[in-house]
Amino acid sequence: MITDRMGWGEKRVEGKEYWRWTEYNWRNPDIDPKEADTLTAGVDVGSVSTQAVIMTDGKLFAYANMRTGFDSPDSARKAMDWALENTGLTLDDIHYCVGTGYGRVNVPFAQRTITEIACHARGANYIYGPTVRTVLDMGGQDCKVIRCDEKGQVTAFLMNDKCAAGTGRGMEVFADLLSVPIEEMGAMSLEVDEEPPMVSSTCVVFAKSEAVGLLRLGWPKAKVLAAYHAAMAHQVANLLRRLGMEEDFAITGGISKNIGIVARLKRELDVEPLTTDYDPQIAGAIGAALFARALLLRQRRAE
Amino acid sequence: MGYIAHYGYTDGSGDWYISIDTELCNGCGECVTACPVGLLQLVEDEYNPLSDELKASVKPEHRKTIKYDCGPCKPVTDRPPLPCVEACKPGAISHSW
Repeated sequence: MITDRMGWGEKRVEGKEYWRWTEYNWRNPDIDPKEADTLTAGVDVGSVSTQAVIMTDGKLFAYANMRTGFDSPDSARKAMDWALENTGLTLDDIHYCVGTGYGRVNVPFAQRTITEIACHARGANYIYGPTVRTVLDMGGQDCKVIRCDEKGQVTAFLMNDKCAAGTGRGMEVFADLLSVPIEEMGAMSLEVDEEPPMVSSTCVVFAKSEAVGLLRLGWPKAKVLAAYHAAMAHQVANLLRRLGMEEDFAITGGISKNIGIVARLKRELDVEPLTTDYDPQIAGAIGAALFARALLLRQRRAE
Repeated sequence: MGYIAHYGYTDGSGDWYISIDTELCNGCGECVTACPVGLLQLVEDEYNPLSDELKASVKPEHRKTIKYDCGPCKPVTDRPPLPCVEACKPGAISHSW
């Protein structure tokens, strides 16, 4: 239902939630899980999204990516059920499950919890290959820089967990403010002839009021988005410079799918991030499932 | 294989990090008792889950407030050596400010 017109000549649809991204699940039809020796799972309960991954003998078999609700145990269970859907498996068939992420203590069916920093390094090593040395994980509510070795073992990390600047939550706020679907923000932010000065504050609340001011000055949406994306990329680049950047460089987490941020990071740091056919948002859950496999094999050896 | 763990945050007023070099940290726990605020702890190596060693780390409840929690040991003038840094014989602990 179209109810009103906005100042930019576009229609705003009443009740549309621009921040809401599409949830999805996936399964590899070529793998028969019944033949697998080890069936392990990783559940990454983030502050904004939850991913559940199932691996057969260390190979990606199925996963689901959903929104984390207010009830973390429920989100974990729902994501897991969705990943298991149409696989012929039930939760009881999983040999070992590791919980990770912000809500990792709230995964009721996990045998063990592991910090998401270790899991993201391990997962990035899996999806981007062993040449990855610096991983930038841009999550829903915090942002981390992780250095790792060729085995995906953490060698240093830096986490900005004080503030939501430079994170998915900030992007959601801007999607809503500008009525731009969150998946299209990055591309739209690149539709400017010239980069505008970045918003002076990366604090989401301050940046939001600054953006409102810019809109009143008559800036088009793309220009406001460019100013915000540039500020966010700059904030993250500072974090990377602080820990020191060693190539190869890779980005994980939801914001790695935002080309506006990736392009500006490339420009500011003069690096080429690795690309992959895997979904970079499930790196943490993949890492957890790989740790689950290692722990399961160790447990079997001990028995 | 060790790594360097930075606990803390960057905010509008600067960088506030305690860094622990786990290559050097031997898990002796001297820093835990030396810290007057009790913000350090010995835990299973969180970032290397397949290892069984214990390592010093900043307690999670202090990680977002260390600028203030470390304040008592950091007067503006006449700053004595930090108890945690002094207690750590291998020299694994450093502060960013």
